[in-house]
Amino acid sequence: MNRYRPLSELAKTIRSKNAGVDKITFDVIFTDRAAYDLVRRSRALTRESVARLYNIPESRISDFVEYDPGCAIKFTILRVRPSGSPGDSDIFGSQQYAPLLDVPVDLSA
Amino acid sequence: MASVRIICPNGHLGFAPLKPESFEIGVAARPDFIAADSGSDDIGPVPLGSDTCASPQAWQRHDLEAMLLAARRIGVPMIIGSAGDTGTNSRVDLYVGMIKDIAAQHGLAPFRLGYFYSEVDKERVRRAIRGGDAVEGLDGRPALSESELDATDRIVAMAGVHPFMKLLDMGADVIIGGRSSDCAIFAAAALHKGCKEADAYYLGKVLECASFCAEPYGAKETVLGAIDGEGVTVTAMHPGQRCTIASVAGHAMYERSSPFFEHFVGGHLDMTHCHYEQVDPRTTRVTGQVYAPAPRVRVKLEGSGKVGERYVGLAAIRDPYTIAHVDEVIAWAKAQAAERFGDKPYELHYSVYGRNGVMGDMEPVKTPAHELLIMVQGVAPTAEMAEEVCITGTRQLFYARLPEVKGTAGGVAFPLDEVLHASAGYRWTLNHTLAVDDPMELFPVHMVQVAG
Repeated sequence: MNRYRPLSELAKTIRSKNAGVDKITFDVIFTDRAAYDLVRRSRALTRESVARLYNIPESRISDFVEYDPGCAIKFTILRVRPSGSPGDSDIFGSQQYAPLLDVPVDLSA
Repeated sequence: MASVRIICPNGHLGFAPLKPESFEIGVAARPDFIAADSGSDDIGPVPLGSDTCASPQAWQRHDLEAMLLAARRIGVPMIIGSAGDTGTNSRVDLYVGMIKDIAAQHGLAPFRLGYFYSEVDKERVRRAIRGGDAVEGLDGRPALSESELDATDRIVAMAGVHPFMKLLDMGADVIIGGRSSDCAIFAAAALHKGCKEADAYYLGKVLECASFCAEPYGAKETVLGAIDGEGVTVTAMHPGQRCTIASVAGHAMYERSSPFFEHFVGGHLDMTHCHYEQVDPRTTRVTGQVYAPAPRVRVKLEGSGKVGERYVGLAAIRDPYTIAHVDEVIAWAKAQAAERFGDKPYELHYSVYGRNGVMGDMEPVKTPAHELLIMVQGVAPTAEMAEEVCITGTRQLFYARLPEVKGTAGGVAFPLDEVLHASAGYRWTLNHTLAVDDPMELFPVHMVQVAG
């Protein structure tokens, strides 16, 4: 059995969306507590790993939250320019989550 | 014990039509209010800056008609916030006109229509800056400068519960609000009925996106929220949807950087210690929310300023060598524009679809596709100049000089000869807060009798 599984096979919802005009927020939501706890233990999603994945300095991650009531890991990125400025290609911020789908999660964690 | 029942049929009225089946089930449940939010800053700065809607009038009218007829039929107030996507004065007037038209068309019995405005005069903001009362930036922005204010075309303030409650106290049957916090539209109704702040604001927070707090996913369906003594309950009205612990708790984080705090005029809601309980298959109860009043009232301001007129051009590439050197192709076109326009003010933006058009520098995939589409945006003070900037930035891609390219009869494929006139370019100049002594100061209210 593979030691790693992609995050998309463990999470129910992986999404991104504007949080106001200067930020995009990312939600990774699990249906069961066990998967949520496993991903947290694996450290697959941390400020550092997310900054590396998106090739941004950690200072652009304004919030990183493990939200127990929603079985969710949530982080928020500051945009380089406000939403909808000329040259912004995702006014709603809704297609920025795709790289999270393939994040490998260590099942032995 | 104070109680209230509110239905919400649409999380952004007008952006897509409400679904009538679950709405009628909600109306049959005899709510005390029918309410919906009609605006969002998600749509970008163009509608606010240019004072236009992002939604078609037919869809706005469709939902206003459904809500007005239902509310008048069962004799309860109807409340709309952030009229016409942006909540500017002209959008409030547009909705007020639609309500009057619908009432006349259906011969409704007379009712009282209350409305309020949210636009803020730039000079009011300038006085605060000059008076040393900083207009503080949100989300890491610096305090507002006069130059950013000067670059702004239109400002709206985000109303809290105050103008809605004022109009309810004045006896309004229908309220059309200017720009407002989503949660305030519903919270005002609950507070009007004497409910506690914590429950009232949580009710607003959970209802504002309608069925986004239910599962399975399905937008534009009606949900019913209630305060009945202990906390807040929320129930899906669509027979196939449920409000579960997971869906309701999950909604608290939607479109917010923190799932624990919701800010509005006069305070915030702390959801850190919320407790969620499934009370029947379609209903979840939430308790433990806490209301925290602010020491000083600060009102959020949204402002949009014009960057320039805008044209869009399209060019595609199939040659693998050109794809590998696309940055040099773009650099060539930019250099030609710089040569032509020099120090004149203009902007050229390139999005390279098939490489990183959606994510830009955040894209981790570095291998481009076998074909690319380049979208070019040219922005300049006049339409004539924007068109020429854009056509220069697009057509010169064709003439880029790559040393080893085999094809020397044109470096890109054009789907169109011309460039396209797009909406003007705007940017969010204000995402700030202004201190006020009176939370009603920025929101003048009006009341008229609609004859039907």
